[in-house]
Amino acid sequence: MAEGRVVGIDLGTTNSLIAYMQGDSPVVIPGVDGSNLVPSIVALDPMPADGSRPTVTVGNTARKALIETPERVIYSVKRLMGRGVSEVQAELKLFPFRLAADVDAANPNEVPRIQLGEMTFTPPEVSAYILRQLKRNAERFFGAPVTQAVITVPAYFNDAQRQATKDAGRMAGLEVLRLVNEPTAAALAYGLDREKEGVIAVYDFGGGTFDISILKLKDGIFEVLATNGDTHLGGDDIDNLLLAIALDEIRNDYGIDLRPHADAVQALRKAVIEAKIELSFKDTTHFDIELPNGTRYQREIPRAVFEDLIKPILERTAVPCKQVIADAGINPEEIGEVVLVGGSTRIPAVRRQVDAIFHLSTRGKKPHTELNPDEVVALGAAVQAEILGGSAKSTEDMLLLDVTPLSLGIEALGGVVARIIPRNSTIPASATEHFTTGVDGQTNVAIHVLQGERELATDCRSLARFDLKGIPPMSAGMPRIEVKFLIAADGILHVSAREQRSGKEAQIEVKPTYGLTDEQVESMILDSFDNAEADFAKRLLIEARLEAETILAAVERAPQHPAWQKLTEDEKLTIDALKSVLQIVSTGEDANVIRSATVSLDQATRRFAELMMEEAVTSAIRGKTMDKAGEDLGDEIQAPHPMAAAEFK
Amino acid sequence: MSPLKVLNSDSTAVPVVCWSCAVAHNESTLFCTACSKVQPPPGVDYFQVFNLPRHLQIDLASLEQEFHKLSRKLHPDRFARATEAEREFSLADTALINDAYRTLRDPVRRTEYLLKLEGEEIGEEHAGHNTGNAERTSRVPADLLEEVFELNMQLDELREGDQKDPALLSEVGAAGEKFSGMLNELDGNLQHQWALWDDGDAATRTAAQKQMVALLDRRR
Ligand SMILES: [Zn+2]
Repeated sequence: MAEGRVVGIDLGTTNSLIAYMQGDSPVVIPGVDGSNLVPSIVALDPMPADGSRPTVTVGNTARKALIETPERVIYSVKRLMGRGVSEVQAELKLFPFRLAADVDAANPNEVPRIQLGEMTFTPPEVSAYILRQLKRNAERFFGAPVTQAVITVPAYFNDAQRQATKDAGRMAGLEVLRLVNEPTAAALAYGLDREKEGVIAVYDFGGGTFDISILKLKDGIFEVLATNGDTHLGGDDIDNLLLAIALDEIRNDYGIDLRPHADAVQALRKAVIEAKIELSFKDTTHFDIELPNGTRYQREIPRAVFEDLIKPILERTAVPCKQVIADAGINPEEIGEVVLVGGSTRIPAVRRQVDAIFHLSTRGKKPHTELNPDEVVALGAAVQAEILGGSAKSTEDMLLLDVTPLSLGIEALGGVVARIIPRNSTIPASATEHFTTGVDGQTNVAIHVLQGERELATDCRSLARFDLKGIPPMSAGMPRIEVKFLIAADGILHVSAREQRSGKEAQIEVKPTYGLTDEQVESMILDSFDNAEADFAKRLLIEARLEAETILAAVERAPQHPAWQKLTEDEKLTIDALKSVLQIVSTGEDANVIRSATVSLDQATRRFAELMMEEAVTSAIRGKTMDKAGEDLGDEIQAPHPMAAAEFK
Repeated sequence: MSPLKVLNSDSTAVPVVCWSCAVAHNESTLFCTACSKVQPPPGVDYFQVFNLPRHLQIDLASLEQEFHKLSRKLHPDRFARATEAEREFSLADTALINDAYRTLRDPVRRTEYLLKLEGEEIGEEHAGHNTGNAERTSRVPADLLEEVFELNMQLDELREGDQKDPALLSEVGAAGEKFSGMLNELDGNLQHQWALWDDGDAATRTAAQKQMVALLDRRR
């Protein structure tokens, strides 16, 4: 098979995106609903009566299930990636989903599984469903299979979290050519525009993670000087805090504990998030929620109160910022530009915080926000995908030199950590260590690999334990085993070992502390037909028909909409004619013919869609939210248009 | 999938035969001089990686330039769609140049590395089963680090608060002076020995070597 396009994927806590390079500029590929963002929400449809596997839905469709069947929906799964059972348990206190009942909480090596309706899923499997959705969106867009991708991860992700992300890619039928750190990707997206030299900082405050990176740009080389962050700090924390406050208030003032009512909690969460978003551009907002007993929880929240509440969360971003500046060995004044990434940077208080940390306004500077903070990481991933593809002029001089965020060490006697690769080392990086035996005739040596900055092994994250086996029996201290640790460009560790006196390659049996085995990943690969060409054609046809049905259904209802009357007779006739064409061709077997008929009808109805939008906006101004307006008008205009603009060859 | 994988470690011996065009080289290099294909990591020291003499006084700007030049050619990004062998060589070679650059750009690491090449034993930990050269956890002296944090905190207070608080101002001034004094003293001593080592005769070198070992041990 000819090598296809490499796509860039931002697998986010809240939303996920897929992008590619269109000529010289990166572009996000929209989904069927026309939206660039695919909410990172996965839902399980009701169990079919025949007992077959229920369908898994992803994105906006899954979001709808969040209110109706919250026990069958999972979101923010990124926070669970690469984590052990006990960590996941702590995390889940804030979320409505639970560990599967049969997960052995006492076994620290067990990969957690989440209960979703009747079934259970590991976090990489859930992520794989999101990735598969993105892959399908891209395949639909290109009309060709997509098999290779660059996926972004928070810079501060550890080895296990990175490996879990790669596993998810594999399960989704994607060869992950590279994992790229999110802030670095953002820098690539910005760096593409103009020739730049100098030091920049990327402040990435997303849904679930916070990253701060400092890069030096020179002649197309993007050299990361240092990175820091908190994989447990994001917009989610703001939502959870506001939610907890609201729940307490409702209990105290109305005597109702909403916590056991998953659907009511979800509705409240939705309201809290809307309030947060509104406070980014308004001075005040208010809640108005119906409680189960029929009374209403109404509350005014001025921006100042909101900012006071979230202050402790924002202050937590200052610590990594100071550390990263120290690690990069620079003064804040040397940072020429600051790039803002992630939806949470829309909050005015966050911008003020950034300004204070980097002394921006005192130097007459402003942070960069030209690129959409929700999209910039995906755009950068597309740039890196193009660099790896290696064929484009626009990126041929660009090279990314990234670093490992955490120090790598091994446990020495007394439980102390001996650091072998310091944090902020440019990757790939390696270190060679020598080990020997302590007892005569000893044939095994146990090695414990750790990641983190603390002095004691118990305070660092355990990456893996392995035994060097088959050491020829010698007196104590005689064998000389050379172990090579290599962190690859993904930030993932590889190990090799050799006994030097006998020249024997020592056997290593690695037990990752958290993570799936190769066999487990293999068994979790999603519907393997994804890669088969014949099935691919079949799927394209099914999808083409589905799209045709969607738009036909929308056009069928169109004349009942007031906007229809605003169309000219000519426009109406054209739409009718194209509708008949599509109705006929969609019974045929040629996906391309169906598609072009769909596109024609789509284009003919574009003005109608715009008119509907105007209506929706008008009713929003009359005091309804966009969402409400959409509901009033029917499902098909949730998105600006029933069918996204698509490109067909 | 397990986070750890076993790679083949290659031993390199001279002369080396290019895996691609079979031309023999008397020196092991990163690239084949005949067909310019990437080669397995050569058995050279960090100074040789950058074609530098074994000196401690280094022009950091030209070191960076050379590092970037090699990175452009060797980085795994350039081999994403190459053969498996080339990908593996690129990975190992890039790790080598990154390790070399990380060591040589830093004055203390550079000095330690050269001293080890010259056969000095510094910071060698023989405790436990690890006979290796794992870095001690704090490379920067703890008291110096303490000073830096103190200074930063005071600077922040100054920026956020009343700029004219004279007590705070003089405190910051004192802390700053103390800090830069400590740094300068350490650096000054070390740099003095560098010059002696780079330009001296055999006897001067040996003496400088001992001095540097002592200086580095004091930093620990
Ligand atoms: Zn050759």
